[in-house]
Amino acid sequence: MANALARLRDSDIWWSFKRSPITVLSAIVALVCIVTSVAAPLIAPHNPFDLATLNLLDAFKPPAWVAEGEADYLLGTDDQGRDVLSAILYGARISLLVGFAATIFAAFVGVSVGLLAGFLGGTVDALLMRIADIQLTFPSILVALLVDGIVRAAVAREVHDQIALFVVIVAIGISEWPKFARPVRGSTMVERNKEYVLAARVIGVSSFRIMTGHVLPNVLGPVLVIATLNLGLAILSEATLSFLGVGVPPTQPSLGTLIRIGNDFLFSGEWWITIFPGIALVVMVLSVNLLGDWLRDALNPRLR
Amino acid sequence: MFAFIVSRILQSVPVLLVVALISFAMFAYVGDPVSIMLGQDFTEAQRTALVAELGLDQPFFVQFARFVGNAVQGEFGLSYRLSRPVAQLIAERAPATLELAFCAAGVALLVGVPMGVYTGLYPRSLLSRAFLTFSLIGVSLPTFLIGILLILVFAVWLGWLPSFGRGDTVALGWWNTGFLTRSGLKALILPAITLGLFQLTLIMRLVRSEMMEVLRTDYIKFARARGLTNRAINFGHALKNTMVPVITVVGLQLGAIIAFAIVTETVFQWPGMGLLFIQSVSSADIPVMAAYLLLIACLFVTINLIVDLLYYAVDPRLRAGRGKGH
Amino acid sequence: MAAILEVRDLRVEFPTRRGTLVALDGVSFSIAPGEVLGVVGESGAGKSMTGAAIIGLLEPPGRIAGGQVLLQGKRIDNLRYEQMRRIRGREIGAIFQDPLTTLNPLYTVGDQLTETMLTHLPINPAEAKRRAVEWLELVGIPAAAQRVQSYPHEFSGGMRQRVVIALALCAEPKLIVADEPTTALDVSIQAQVIALLKRLAREKGTAMMLVTHDMGVIAETADRVAVMYAGRIAEIGPVREVVKNPQHPYTAGLMASIPPLDRRVNRLAQIDGAMPRLSAIPQGCAYNPRCPKVFSRCAVERPELMDAGTTQAACWLHAKAMTDA
Repeated sequence: MANALARLRDSDIWWSFKRSPITVLSAIVALVCIVTSVAAPLIAPHNPFDLATLNLLDAFKPPAWVAEGEADYLLGTDDQGRDVLSAILYGARISLLVGFAATIFAAFVGVSVGLLAGFLGGTVDALLMRIADIQLTFPSILVALLVDGIVRAAVAREVHDQIALFVVIVAIGISEWPKFARPVRGSTMVERNKEYVLAARVIGVSSFRIMTGHVLPNVLGPVLVIATLNLGLAILSEATLSFLGVGVPPTQPSLGTLIRIGNDFLFSGEWWITIFPGIALVVMVLSVNLLGDWLRDALNPRLR
Repeated sequence: MFAFIVSRILQSVPVLLVVALISFAMFAYVGDPVSIMLGQDFTEAQRTALVAELGLDQPFFVQFARFVGNAVQGEFGLSYRLSRPVAQLIAERAPATLELAFCAAGVALLVGVPMGVYTGLYPRSLLSRAFLTFSLIGVSLPTFLIGILLILVFAVWLGWLPSFGRGDTVALGWWNTGFLTRSGLKALILPAITLGLFQLTLIMRLVRSEMMEVLRTDYIKFARARGLTNRAINFGHALKNTMVPVITVVGLQLGAIIAFAIVTETVFQWPGMGLLFIQSVSSADIPVMAAYLLLIACLFVTINLIVDLLYYAVDPRLRAGRGKGH
Repeated sequence: MAAILEVRDLRVEFPTRRGTLVALDGVSFSIAPGEVLGVVGESGAGKSMTGAAIIGLLEPPGRIAGGQVLLQGKRIDNLRYEQMRRIRGREIGAIFQDPLTTLNPLYTVGDQLTETMLTHLPINPAEAKRRAVEWLELVGIPAAAQRVQSYPHEFSGGMRQRVVIALALCAEPKLIVADEPTTALDVSIQAQVIALLKRLAREKGTAMMLVTHDMGVIAETADRVAVMYAGRIAEIGPVREVVKNPQHPYTAGLMASIPPLDRRVNRLAQIDGAMPRLSAIPQGCAYNPRCPKVFSRCAVERPELMDAGTTQAACWLHAKAMTDA
């Protein structure tokens, strides 16, 4: 472990990380986002979902620094008297959860399909890549909307609310997997014909072992870059779906849901209900995107 | 040339069939159209009659063939939600979406390409860094939030532009255009920017990276070694080669604009197809969803065909039938 | 006759995060009008870098850190980009290694030829078109009048390199820098292209710097040869002398590793070890760890080029003779 750390400190990646203050900053911001949202129940000043503590008299309080604001509600309250700051912390939790889960799901499907297509080749490859092609031409948001719409039509409303979070994760994941499958397939085809893979075959190592043990480690770099860049996109997709009212259920509001709720009060002057969740969302996605951009450049030797 | 077009059209037929199959599967297996159409009270006889009328008792392939046959004639049945013919609903809404998408694409291309070229040519200049920062914020801002912010600033605070709707429209036959009235044009500005901004940043980043890639190639180095002027190298040799891959992606992006119009139309209550679609999704209005899906697929196929033709015009290697290798 | 090109003490550096790498150091040579100077060496010895530095197209962050490059007595290493651009193509033509990638795929070869001529020569487009066909004929492309409208992908590799040669020569420069012009070609085509290059250079009176790692090409084509090792010139002299009677142990090793045609050998000689990386060039003579004739001075002091009989070699073995004399 100490050895690995020392190697990391000597590596080009660490060097390029240290040299870019923006990258360091975005890493810190991303970390803060993750920690605060995971620890939301511990650090949030209020529990926005505890109906007992909600009081409609507290509704529409502006942020603390505005004249009518109260110190107790730093970023103000929404139409139901919920503390906006606490709602953001809980909302970020949902946003991040969906983002990570959808990205992992997409990566898992995409990498598996890519490995399979690249390794087996032939008809399987042609078929899988044709599907990926067709899907790539369709905007991800549309795919996600369709999946959500179909599930909505297929199951009863109560059931849908229960599985809504899961549906959103799958919907976003399904819309993103081809981005992983293509590069993985490409690298797999290159690796497949290398001598060490042939050698492994000759000594009777199973195809599955070759794929997971030999080919997979070689494609992890690009997958990591795509995953990071896609995490930002997945968070945005979730926010967009929730904003459109077809994402996570209203009982578990994400940042997108909060923005949608606040949008109704934009014209009457209660801007903070929309703007603060919006800022939180942008800061989160921006830091992830900056990290992804940096990672892509750092792992691409041609750009160095 | 002719053979090329025909082969491309033939290639897109399976894609359309697959999409049609998905749409049809939605029709046939998702929800129960019969009980939706009959409402609460009905007799078994009424039900059987309707099933027969809709052809739901026929074998799968007969039903599918009928569905495709109807779709080709623009016949998608009635909307569950509005009880009006789907084709009519979509035809009413299409001009709004197409005008919006057209303007957004214009914004994205006319601003995005020059910005991309500039940042690709002078990656270290201060202006390039500003553009890049802008683009990074652009891809991190969700479309709906851009719309909300624009509304907040230009409609709520400044009061310069309308915050929703299309303004006044003029009917040209069945096509309602907002291009011909002052309020229609004013209403277009914010939605077009909102919809175009994300694509703009994508196009800019794409053009930039392709440009930088091309500038590293041997033929650009050789062009420099031949002493050609920077102008000839950058805007002739480099730009032309940059455009080859850019055309493909831009074509796809234009398709994405139509899809992303869903979001923009929701924010601005823009009476287009996207708003219709999102209302259909939340109320599980399958006929509208299916029709919209097929329509989008047709649009994509058309855009792809145009992209292929452009490709064909730009890249001589395709004309010789040697494939797309660089 | 005054030299066409003179390179004096050229030094090229690459600043990197692990310190500055010296890619070329103390490189000096000259090329007379009409002369062909061959430059040989292993990959990474600095041959191509020298060519790039002369035409002013070093890849950033590489830069000329010292020395001078003189074209017909005038310094060109310190010119502004625009002034240097007028020289490239017009005074110094360049030929690159891979003809498959050096031609712009989206322009016809005719367009690329006329474009180059119109940039540098005071002629009208019609004249440029006429000359483009002429040049294609000159480099041996059949049916030149039709082929002038073809795109690069419609030519074979060898034919494309002929087009590249025409492009390098069409503004009639006085010097050609040819960087591995035959390396990417089939062996059977290599001889043709070399013969063409040699013939055109002689006909037009063009001097040439021919960079290659192929001793055979050098022996065939060059008048003089410079042998490079680790960013420096190890030996320079008339081609016959360097081949037959190498004075630097590295050149000797290089020559011994070429299979002779006239007798049978069981084992080719080889030089042990590998050329050092730029980041780890040994003190003293860069060749000393591999040199069979190494002695104490080699590891301490770096030898400059010195007279060694009919050639010049950067080797302390010849210093003794000098001090003795």
